[in-house]
Order: sequence, then C-alpha cells, then structure tokens
Amino acid sequence: MMRALHNGLSLHVPEPWCRPGSKANFDAFDIPAAGSVARPPIEVEPFAIRELAYSLVRVIDEQGNATGDWDPCLTADVLKRGLRAMVLTRVYDNRMVRAQRQGKTSFYMKSTGEEAVAVAAAMALDRADMCFPTYRQQGLLVARDWPLLDMMNQVFSNSQDRLKGRQMPVFYSSREAGFFSISGNLGTQYSQAVGWAMAAALDRDPRIAAAWIGEGATAEGDFHHALTFASVYQAPVILNIVNNQWAISSFSGIAGGERTTFAARGVGFGLPSLRVDGNDFLAVYAATDWAAKRARAGHGPALIELFTYRAEGHSTSDDPGKYRPGSEAAAWPLGDPIERLKAHLIRRGDWDDTRHAEMLAEAEAHVRDVGKQSERLGTLRSGARPEVSSMFEDVFKNMPPHLRAQRDEMLR
Amino acid sequence: MNMIQAINSAMEVMMARDPSVIVMGEDVGYFGGVFRATAGLQAKFGKTRVFDTPITECGIIGVAIGMGAYGLRPVPEIQFADYIYPALDQLVSEAARLRYRSAGQFTAPLTVRSPFGGGIFGGQTHSQSPEGIFTHVSGVKTVIPSTPYDAKGLLIASIEDNDPVIFFEPKRIYNGPFDGHWDRPSKNWSGHAGGEVPEGYYRIELGKAAIVRPGEAVTILAYGTMVHVVQSTVEDMGVDAEIIDLRTLVPLDIETIEASVKKTGRCMVVHEATRTSGFGSELVSLVQERCFYHLEAPVERVTGFDTPYPHSLEWAYFPGPVRIGQALKKLLKD
Repeated sequence: MMRALHNGLSLHVPEPWCRPGSKANFDAFDIPAAGSVARPPIEVEPFAIRELAYSLVRVIDEQGNATGDWDPCLTADVLKRGLRAMVLTRVYDNRMVRAQRQGKTSFYMKSTGEEAVAVAAAMALDRADMCFPTYRQQGLLVARDWPLLDMMNQVFSNSQDRLKGRQMPVFYSSREAGFFSISGNLGTQYSQAVGWAMAAALDRDPRIAAAWIGEGATAEGDFHHALTFASVYQAPVILNIVNNQWAISSFSGIAGGERTTFAARGVGFGLPSLRVDGNDFLAVYAATDWAAKRARAGHGPALIELFTYRAEGHSTSDDPGKYRPGSEAAAWPLGDPIERLKAHLIRRGDWDDTRHAEMLAEAEAHVRDVGKQSERLGTLRSGARPEVSSMFEDVFKNMPPHLRAQRDEMLR
Repeated sequence: MNMIQAINSAMEVMMARDPSVIVMGEDVGYFGGVFRATAGLQAKFGKTRVFDTPITECGIIGVAIGMGAYGLRPVPEIQFADYIYPALDQLVSEAARLRYRSAGQFTAPLTVRSPFGGGIFGGQTHSQSPEGIFTHVSGVKTVIPSTPYDAKGLLIASIEDNDPVIFFEPKRIYNGPFDGHWDRPSKNWSGHAGGEVPEGYYRIELGKAAIVRPGEAVTILAYGTMVHVVQSTVEDMGVDAEIIDLRTLVPLDIETIEASVKKTGRCMVVHEATRTSGFGSELVSLVQERCFYHLEAPVERVTGFDTPYPHSLEWAYFPGPVRIGQALKKLLKD
C-alpha cells in the first residue's frame, strides 16, 4: 500500500554506536567524575533527588582512589572477600563455558564484566533478604558462599542436581541462600519481588526483597507492574536494572534508552532512583546499602540502574561478533570491575600483584577440583541422571491420578 | 445463602482461621467488589489483609505469586474471567511451574477467583468461559461450582490447597439457579437445596464430582450454570439421565464418569465454552478411551459455537434447552 509521500516523515529505527568492522566508540557516553555526586540522607523525598537518575554515582577514580561521600568505607577484609567472590564467579563462568563446548552441558551464560552488580549487592544486603535474580546474577550465590558444587550439579543436570534435571543450566534456585527460582520468562520475577516485599511488610518482617532485570526486559509489562505496585504500597524492595547495553543483539536504544536513562523511569513512578557505575564495586555496594537501609527504615522502595557492559556473548548460543565490534569490551569507559577493585586495594596498600595471582590460582584450583567432583556425579553426556520417574513429581504437591497413570505408562 | 454470600462466607471463614490468607483485587477492598463477593471483609480484617489493587491483572497475579513464595495464601480476584488474559504469563509460566521448576523450594498457593460464563447479556468481554485454557496447563487446578453450598466448600478447599487454583464462579447463577429459560421469571436460591449453606467451616474435596441426578439412560457431563440447564431440560423431557457435575476439571474425577458411562452406554458433554479444543474434547476423548466397548452411540457435545460471544444473539449462542434437547433425542435414538 503506497500513499502520497510526505518528505518530512520517516520511521526512526535506533542504531547502535558502532557495528562489526568499525572501531568501538563510546565517545557519546557522558561519564561524570568519581565522587562528583552527593549522597542524600536515606529518608530523602524521591522528587528531591530526581537528578540522580540522570547522573552516575561513582566512587573509585581512574587512579584507584575512593572519593566522595558515597564511599562506603569498607575494611580491607570485606573488599578482599568481594574481590575473591568476583574472581571466583569469573573463573567459574569460564570453566562452565568450557564444559559446554565439551558437550558436558547444553547451555551456559556468563556474567563477565557484571560481577560487581551481583557480588557487591549481595554483600550489602542481609543474607536473609530475598533476591529475585535474572539468569545473570550467579555472583549472588557465590558471594553468599553457596557451594559451587551445587551450582555445577545444576548446570550438568546430574544425579545430585537439586532441581532434578528439570531446568536448563544456570536457572538455579536456592531458598536457603535467599535466591529465588529463576524463570526463562523475562521480567516476571520483578513483580513477584514486590509481592514478596509487600508480604514481608504486612508481616512486619525486617527482611527486604531485591530484584534484578536487564535493560532489555524493562520493555516487558511486568517492569511497569512492579514499579506501580512498589510505589503504591511503598514495598520494601530494591529494584535493580542491569543496563549492560545489550539484549542479545539489540542495543539499549531498542529498549528505549536512546533519549533518557533507565533510572529515569523510576522518577515517573515516584521512586527514588539512582544511576550507578556498575563496574565500581564500592559504588554498587554503597547504593545497595543506601536503598536497603532506606527500605528497612520504612521509607519504601528504591530503583537502581547499574550502568555496565556485557563483556561477552549473551549465551553459549550467541556470537556477538555478528552484531558488535570485537574491540568493544576493551573500549568500555568504565573498565572491568575486578581490575578496578584490585587497583583500589593496591592503592590502599592492602593488595599486590603477587597476592592477586595467588588468589586467582587458588580460585582456579578450587573450581577445577569441584568441577571434577561434579562431573563424577554425572553430566548431560554421561553418568548418573535424576530418576526418570521424578519427572512427574512436584507438578502438584500430591501427584493426582492422571499423572500417576502417565508415570506408570512410562515405566511399563 | 446465594452464591455471592457463600463465596463471601468462605473467605471470611478462611481469613478468620488463617492469618496468612489475604484478599486482593480491583475494587475488592472498601467497596466490597463489583459483585459484592468481598463485602465487609476489609472492615472486619483490615486493609492490609483485604485491599484494592491497581488495574493490572498481570501485576495482581505476579504480586500474589511473590506473596505466596513468602508464605502467604493470597486469594486474588480477577474482575471478569474475560480479563484474565493479561495475567496468563504469570499464571502459566510462573504460578503453575514454580513448585516443579524449584523442586518444591518455592510454591504458589494462590486461589484466583474470577466470575465467568454467559447468560447475562455480557457481550464479548463479560461472558467468556476460558477454562479450557487452564485445564491445558500442567500445575494448576481448575474448579467451577454450581451451587452456593458447593461454592463455599470448594472455595475453602481451594484456599487450603497448596497448589494454584483457578476458581471460576458462574456469575449467571450468583443469585439463583438458571434453567436456560431466559424468558421466564428468574429464581433465587431460597427454594433450592444447594442454597442451604452452613455458617461455619466445611470443605468439599477437590477432584470429586457429584452425581446430581442418578439415571440409567444416558450420562450427561456438565459444570457451572449448565448443570441446572441440563437438569431442567432432562426433567422437562422425562429422560432418565444421570447428570454428573464435574465441580473440579483438573484433577478430574474420571472414575465417577467411567462408572456412569459404562452403566448407561451413552454420554453427552455440555459446556458454554467454544467447541474446538474446549474441555469437552478432553472429556469425549477420555470417555472413548475408557468406555469404548460400552458405548452404544457416538458421544455428543453441546457447546458454545466457535465464535466470539455475541451480545444481542446471546440466546442463539447459549447452549440452552432446545439444543440440549435435540442432542439428547439424537443420542437416545442411535
């Protein structure tokens, strides 16, 4: 169907800053200096800090110093624990991708470059607070010292997989670690987290909820529902948006990020909204701590956009070289979260390259040992699997007659 | 009691017994619901246990799932079954699968109440019967009462159940049984045995059908409003039919159905929902599998037509006494 043309009209389709074959370029990104954003009191009115949704909370500067009043002033021990959890997460990710390439599992998703988003948040929260993660916050489990063996058993769907081979790899679930069951359906956990927080509030329970969503999935309706309910009922929840710039092959502009920030969405709902350097361990920790204290004191929810970069492919089924330059991760202006925390610890005089190399070697040895242990319990390719008849369990609390009949039919 | 009062009573009983039961939905709080099903509950139990929600069905169910995961027992209301579709992702992908995918670590013990069915000139979006969408989903139970007595007992059992339950309330029979004769004066529940409802706690086990009329000539499977339409038609025609009110579609009481069809040798399925891939298809298939050598005639289906629910042409669409009668004659002649 062709009608008369009007030269002033055209459909705008956003395009990313660069494509394969061209040089990575983030010049258009406005990165404020570390320490330049003031930290408001936790009881502040959301509208009074609306400009924080358009800025960037940063603590670690280019020389590795912690600056400004968002510095959480953590001890060297806490920082080293955070550094180790991030390193362990990355080493674990690398090992699991290798296992996928070897056919020992069907699928894997790394969190490379986003380790601070999960690890620093987990450390700033209480262990009893309930996390509603996406598939890219495995650092929450690592930071909460959840056994890597349990995680690997899930990835390998082996005989000890606590989810009995029902879920794709990385869709972990650990009630004990306060890590809600991961779903493949994007965004759904966001309103569930608000419901959990509402339940805690009506129970006068000091625990809070924290949810994560990618910037791509903010386009889902559940994002809107969650912000509405969080605001209406002032639920004690932290709503994190991990803006890693990419939703598989779509850049953040396709999700609606071309003309405003994702944190700015919160302003319209009356939520205090922070935009934070997601590769800055101290900034992520400080922002989470601020939002947690605020929620626990009864001042309601908060929204945090964590500005970061997905340094690797979306999953083992994805080849990012088909839609973005290979040099992009290296050109990312906010660097690497592990390198930046390491530089900060060295700057403080609490760390050095030798100790870092030792820690990396220790993490690699640990992951290797646990990996062997897990593989002995079975992988997708070989070894013991969950009982076939367990497929029919847990659909309902008690197995109804038609499922018993189908189980018997299969076992016959 | 009428069915609204019975449903209200079930929630009141359960809220008093169990502090984890909470009621939420559009207009359910101060106002007491557009059908008055939650009237008085907020005044009695406070607004943190009975509260109005924003108009977002997906949000209501998503939030209720989170509350269930916390340890509450939410009873969310969807104002009309026709508006349950925005919540399908949360119901199908989340509530129904949460126990399974987490191997029992997290559960969603919610009871989603929703008025459903036609016969009230509700047009396209106040008349639908979407039960077949939910019976197709593993992990949810689907319950449909046909009397005030059953409504209260089944709702109490649904709220106590640890699995997600879709509880469809046939709004045509909220105030009285409906025999399908829309042009006659409407009846109320006072003269009907099903309208005698105890004040206190009692439950009707899910997964158990009720034989509302024993008979020898033919088995008729129905639920909700259609139970009454079938009963009246059978009486008018003087047919010795055995009428089974399914009450719970999933899990289904197949034993009661099988025993009846083996006895009568003939079977008819009646529902308001559209025909193709409706729950009737599942019933016909099960009867055929289990009773093949006892059947003396093909199984009949009387259902809504495969069209959206019309407004002015409602009584041509609705599977009323005429269409049921014609199908019965055909079935008994074969």
